[in-house]
Formats: sequence, structure tokens, C-alpha cells
Amino acid sequence: MSTQVTEQETETEPETEQESAHQQRRMAEKRERADMRKRAEEELDETEETVRIKVFRYDPEVKGKRDPRFDTFRIPFKKGMTVLDALIYARDHFDSSLTFRHSCRQAICGSDALFINGRQRLGCQTQMSDLDWPVRIEPLPHADVVKDLVVDMEHFYDQMESVEPYFQTNDLPTGKLDEQRQDRENREKVKMSTRCIWCAACMSSCNIAAGDNEYLGPAAINKAYRFAMDEREGEDMKEHRINIIEQEHGVWRCQTQFSCTEVCPKDIPLTEHIQELKREAVKSNLKFW
Amino acid sequence: MHEHDVIVVGAGGAGLRAAIAAHEAGADVAMVTKLHPVRSHTGAAEGGINAALRDGDDWELHAYDTMKGSDYLGDAPAIETLAQDAPEEVVQLEHWGMPFSREEDGRVSQRPFGGLSFPRTTYAGAETGHHLLHTMYEQVVKRGIQVYDEFYVSRLAVTDHDDPEDRECHGVVAYDIKNGEVVGFRATGGVILATGGDGQVFDHTTNAVANTGDGPAMAYRVGVPVEDMEFVQFHPTTLPSTGVLISEGVRGEGGILYNSEGERFMFEYGYANNAGELASRDVVARAELTEVNNGRGIEDEYVYLDMRHLGEERIYDRLENIIHLAEDFEGVNPVDEPMPVKPGQHYHMGGIETNEHGQTCIDGLYAAGECACASVHGSNRLGGNALPELIVFGARAGHHAAGRDLGEPEVPTGLGAKSEDEDSLDTPVEPGAVAGSDEDVAADGALVEPREVVEHAVETERQRIETLLERDGTNHAEIRADLQKAMTENVNVFRNKEGLQEALEVIRECRERYQDVAVSDPSRTFNTDLIHTIETRNLIDVAETITLGALAREEFRGAHWRQEHQERKDENWLKHTMIAWNDGTPELYYKPVILEGEDKEYEPKVRSY
Repeated sequence: MSTQVTEQETETEPETEQESAHQQRRMAEKRERADMRKRAEEELDETEETVRIKVFRYDPEVKGKRDPRFDTFRIPFKKGMTVLDALIYARDHFDSSLTFRHSCRQAICGSDALFINGRQRLGCQTQMSDLDWPVRIEPLPHADVVKDLVVDMEHFYDQMESVEPYFQTNDLPTGKLDEQRQDRENREKVKMSTRCIWCAACMSSCNIAAGDNEYLGPAAINKAYRFAMDEREGEDMKEHRINIIEQEHGVWRCQTQFSCTEVCPKDIPLTEHIQELKREAVKSNLKFW
Repeated sequence: MHEHDVIVVGAGGAGLRAAIAAHEAGADVAMVTKLHPVRSHTGAAEGGINAALRDGDDWELHAYDTMKGSDYLGDAPAIETLAQDAPEEVVQLEHWGMPFSREEDGRVSQRPFGGLSFPRTTYAGAETGHHLLHTMYEQVVKRGIQVYDEFYVSRLAVTDHDDPEDRECHGVVAYDIKNGEVVGFRATGGVILATGGDGQVFDHTTNAVANTGDGPAMAYRVGVPVEDMEFVQFHPTTLPSTGVLISEGVRGEGGILYNSEGERFMFEYGYANNAGELASRDVVARAELTEVNNGRGIEDEYVYLDMRHLGEERIYDRLENIIHLAEDFEGVNPVDEPMPVKPGQHYHMGGIETNEHGQTCIDGLYAAGECACASVHGSNRLGGNALPELIVFGARAGHHAAGRDLGEPEVPTGLGAKSEDEDSLDTPVEPGAVAGSDEDVAADGALVEPREVVEHAVETERQRIETLLERDGTNHAEIRADLQKAMTENVNVFRNKEGLQEALEVIRECRERYQDVAVSDPSRTFNTDLIHTIETRNLIDVAETITLGALAREEFRGAHWRQEHQERKDENWLKHTMIAWNDGTPELYYKPVILEGEDKEYEPKVRSY
């Protein structure tokens, strides 16, 4: 959707519904927002450096916002400022209806993956100073937009859950205080795969996932890798996991374009993991010949 | 209307563990959370999980360290429960596949941590919380436990009997963030609050933006007292622009703190002549702020944490994560330049009063995790003790709510638990009337037939939300900003009577202004403006209890420093500060600390390491 938008340079607010019951409220809202903007503008010191952000806007419910567009906000720039900081500034000072997900601000909750200057990145992890200005901020491509920068994550979660994303072993020690031991090397092997924060940047960047809605996608396959390569699950379970990722819309769809690996905010070698599972699948098939 | 045996509010560490426990005990359980579970702030915990697993260590040592660390303000039965249950809980996480760091022999690694007499902190790299969160969510998926994600619980459905101890909780009301519907959830067994921290009360915190104290505020308003709210832990090394945490590991590896004069102030000005940068968190935080206040800070705000001398190789080997954090969130490469750091709010020791089974004084209402106060951390939490708290007390609350018999609790709750000598204690300020809007002053529920209490609460909440969306008025963001500023200026690391009273004034002004708050986004789709507006109300209530508690406690204990009272006063203050809602007027009272353990009494001693 975001690719079909005609860009409008506007600093005004959307018209809300015209119904007479809402008329008074609408005017009051406009006045308040105008005040808010004015106060915020006044706070901007003339000598301060400012950065402009162009933010994708869409709300299916509010008249005037049903047609997707871009709003431009002028934000005072500070060293260390991230894209998320700028969005929060815009929301709290100019337009409180500006909507985006965010929580931890430190690249671990995975909720603010956005399309920033044409690339999937976490808003909180991206320094303004590292980008070309003005900065263009859009929702993740290849996902349905719910409102402004918020996309529907259901499909992503479904794909994650389809690979049985939980530890399964028949080999637990009997004592309640006995640990199931794991070699350090084995832990190292799965370590990078366990860093996934479910942000969906990889899925959004993947051309194959964009064209094939059933493709498991890099995150789900990486989740399968995390368990398939964990020696504690045992050989039978590994076989079971290989069968899951070898399904028609599984690992063989991957065309090694590396876009998932490029955008992963946690530096997980996703493409490599997918290739390794392909090799495992071949090995496993050879056993039956 | 949805109905389940057990409703868990919040899906971080404590919530997930509670849901799994309730499910194991045979209950039909559902989780209701304003974020998706993997977005919870438990994921940001770095350090590790304390559990006595090895020869040479045992639960009694763990309990002793925790009691001492708490500065003798933890309750012994709760602390002993934590230490006793932690080993089995941690090994269970291992059995669920959690990728712990490993020893040569394949067992789970343990490392030393501040205030521990044995290296009993198990960990998974420097991202223990992330792995804990994901491992438990995986188990929730495996069991098919129902999760209502992006549902914001904004009201508890509790009967309105005069005495809170007669009240019953029957469910919750939630706002479906995706489509704006107000939905009732009836719980036949119990409601477990696991809503996490409330760091957003301050404008500089390591906490997530979602940590707005929703659980404590809601429980407080339906009549559950909040306990020891004045005890807020501040971490000495957070990045100035965001509050992102720079782990104690940097100082552990030899990182040095400098002021603007280039002086190594921890030694230069005698803040900690022995331990230097490795003194305890409260000592270092106070030292940093003293430097800034004496004009030796950088940009009047922060100090430098320098690890360049450790060499690139060692930094990459042991502190790689820190390079990413400093670069991504502060735009500083710590291999080439020192990192700016300042103290930031980190953890709240106080919270909803519970016993060691997670029960509150209201029947059917439980709390676990950071939002609760059992109390195991007293006035100062030891590193590595927050995560075992989540799993131990999450599991116990889940089991109890699902009907499992955990025996008679030893930690008393409710008004019946108050000190007998209460009359002899001065309340230093008139708590003052709150002047909340009429429908909010009484308990959130109403005295109606138990089977109707959820419907009634849904209706009340629907009207409240309608009103917020329909009317014109003040934007919540301005109120929130003023509140956070007042708390940071006056209820921070350093506290004095004048400042605390000033903060209380501002908080009450915020409460007045909140009467006129309105949501300007009219949309029913993903209306974060509305969510933040409701959260701001919770922040006001929580901030007031923190400030009142701090004003009342005229001593220096653990994280609570008072300018006018520079010593720990055991003869008067070995007791918990309790604050009850009392129809909108905060009522302050005390309850004695339990120093009597299973087979010994913990004798308060001077805390030195």
C-alpha cells in the first residue's frame, strides 16, 4: 500500500468527520492542535538545528485520513537522537494521534521495526545522524497497514507458530534438580539464532515472502534452526523439524538474496541458517536412499 | 464477555510463569496483555538469575544475602521462599530449553554478582531476560494457552464492600486496542496482576515506555494497599539521552568514572576509597550526582564512563553488547571515546502488597513480579534477584489461583496486618483529599451482585472512555511531562523534605489538571493517544504514593536517602510503609517487618561489603 501513495507536503492536520455532532469537537481539536503546534514551534530556538521527518499517515476511520499521505514534521535535532525519539517528539508536541508501536527503546522488544529511508530498521536503534535528511518513515512493506506506522503482525506470528517454536525432548534427566547438559560448542552454534526479537524486519524485506504468502519466511525458519540444531532435542525430533521446514513453502523457496540478513537488527546470519537447514534436509533425505 | 478460570494481566516473566502454573494445575487460563508477550520488558534484563544450585551453596545463604541486601526490610518468609523455590524453577527453565551459558561439563554457568556470598547467578550471555521471556512464551504456545494481545486492561471488576478485605475480584475490563471495543473478562478462579514496573513515573529510566504502573494503580484504587513505595532503585550507569542501561559489567571489567576535570572522583573525593567504581549502586549514583551538583559534571548533566584502556580485544570479547548500545543509542563509539552516563530509575522495590502466595487482601486478586511487593527486596534489590522473583512468585500465584493448596501464608496482608503502635507515628503531611472525579473515587467496581460486577465494570469503563474521546480538554502528554519532571527533580537519588513536598504539590496539580484531560485522536483503531491518557492517570496515583512514602520515612535506608536523616533508624523504622486508597485520600500506616525465618531470626547488622 505504502508504495502507491501520492506524497503530499503538508503540515496541517487531517479534516475529521463533518457530521454536525462532531463539528464543535472538531473545531476544538483543531484549535488545540494549532496551539500545541504553536507552543512547540515557539520552543524551537531559531539557532537550533532541526531535522524534517516525512511520516506516512493513514487511518481507516477518520475522514481526511483514509487517503494515505505523508505529513512532514520539523524536529529539533540533538546529538544521539534516534528516529524513534523524533517520532515521539512529533507525537507529543505536534499531533497526539500519530501512531506507532514502541516500548523498550533499546532494540530488544522488537516492536518498532519501520521502513526508514527505504530500508527496514528499528526506529530506536537508528541514529538520525546516520541518515540522509529529510528522513522518510513508513510502515513495514508487505504487511497490511492498520493505522499510520502500525502494521498487522498476525500473519508473521502465525508463521512463527507454525514451526512448533518450543523445546521438545524425550531425554530429560529424572531428578528435578538435574540439568540436561549441553556442550558449549552446541550452545555457541545456536546462539545467534536465539537472538531473534520477532521484529519482522526480515520477513518484510524478503521478496519471496512478499510473493508467496505461505512461505514460512526467514524468522520462522531461523526459529526452526534454533531447535533443530540444539543437540538436547535428540535425533528423532531433529528429523521431525527437518520435515516441517522442508514442506512445499519451506526452506527450498529461499533464493539466497540475503536481504533478511542485511536488515536483521540483531545481526543473525539468517540466510546462512536457511542454507544450513537445506543441507541438513538433503543429508536427511539421503539416508532413505 | 470472555470467561476463564484464571485471568493473567500482563505477559512478561511473571505473567507467563503464572499462566503456565495455572494451566499445569488444570485451570483454563487466559493472558490479557497490552503488548504482544515477546515485547514485554522482562526481555531487557541483562544480568542473570540467582539460584543456589551447587555444592557449597544453599538456599539459606541465598536468603541471608538477600536479607542483608534488603537492609533488613524484607520479610523473612517471603525471602526464604524465594531462595528455596529458585533452584527447581531455574532447572525447569533449563528443561524448557532456555539457552543458558554453559560450563565445560555442560552444566549451567554461574557467576559472581554484587552482594552475593557465592557465585550463584545463572545467566544466558548478557541477554538473560530475553531468553527467559522467549523460553516461557514458547511454553505458553506449546500448551495452547489463550493470549489476548494488544488488549489494555484498564479496570478491575471488584465488589464495593466497605472493608477492602471483604471485597472480591471477579474479573477485569480491557480495551481492545485494535478496534476500540471495551470487553469484559470474567475470572471464576482469580485475576493475577503481572504488569511489571512503573519507571515512566520518572523522565529518565531504564524501563520501557509501557511500564506505567497500571497494576499497582488499579489494585490501589480498588482498596489493596501498596507497600514500601518509597524504595526506588537507581542505576548509576545509564545513557543520558535515552536511559538505556550500561551494565555493571563495564565497571566489573575495570571501567573508570571521570568528572569534567578528568578526575577519578570515586577515589579523588573519597566516595568509596576501597571499592571505587565497584561500590554498590546507590553509593555510585549519589557520587555521580554530587559531582554534577558541584559543577564538575559534563554539560551539567553527566559524567564519563571510560573503558578505552581495556583495549579493543578485551572490549569485544567481554563487552561487545556495550559497543552496540553506546553506538546505537548515544552515537558514541566507546572504543574511541568515553561514554556519557548518569543515574536513572531502574527498578521499583515497592508495589502491591501480597503474601508469599501472591494473594492480596482482596479475595481472587493476586499480584506477582515487579508490580508486587511480597516483600523480597526490602529497601534495596540485589542484582540477579528480580528474575527468580518473577518465576517463583509467578508460579505460586498461578498455582494458588488455580486452586492448589499452598498452606497457610506467613506474611499477613490487609489492614489487619498493621502495626499496633501506629498511633505513635507521625504522618509528616496531611495526605489531603484527592478530589478525583466522582465515579473514580470509590473502588473501581460497585456493590452489586457478584455475577453482575463484571458487566457493571464494563459499563462504567465504556462511559469513561466515551467521555475521554468525546470531550475537549488538556492533552495528557503535558501532564505526564510535568509529573515526570517533578519526580526526577525531587524524588530521585537525593531527597529532602522541601523537595518532596514540592513534588507532592505538583502531583496534586497534575491530578487537578487530569480532571480536564481529553483524547484528541477520535479513532477507534489503535488509539495510542487514549491508552497513554489512561496510563497517565495510573502514573499520577503511583507517583503520589512514592512521594508520600518518601516523605514519611525519616531515615536513610537502602536506596532511600534523606538529607535531614543520614542514618538507618532501626528502633523506629523496621517496618513497611503502607498506603491505602481510602476513598481517594491516601491513608498511611505501617506494618512490622518479619525478621523471623524458618529456623532463625535475622539480626539487623551494618551493611558493609
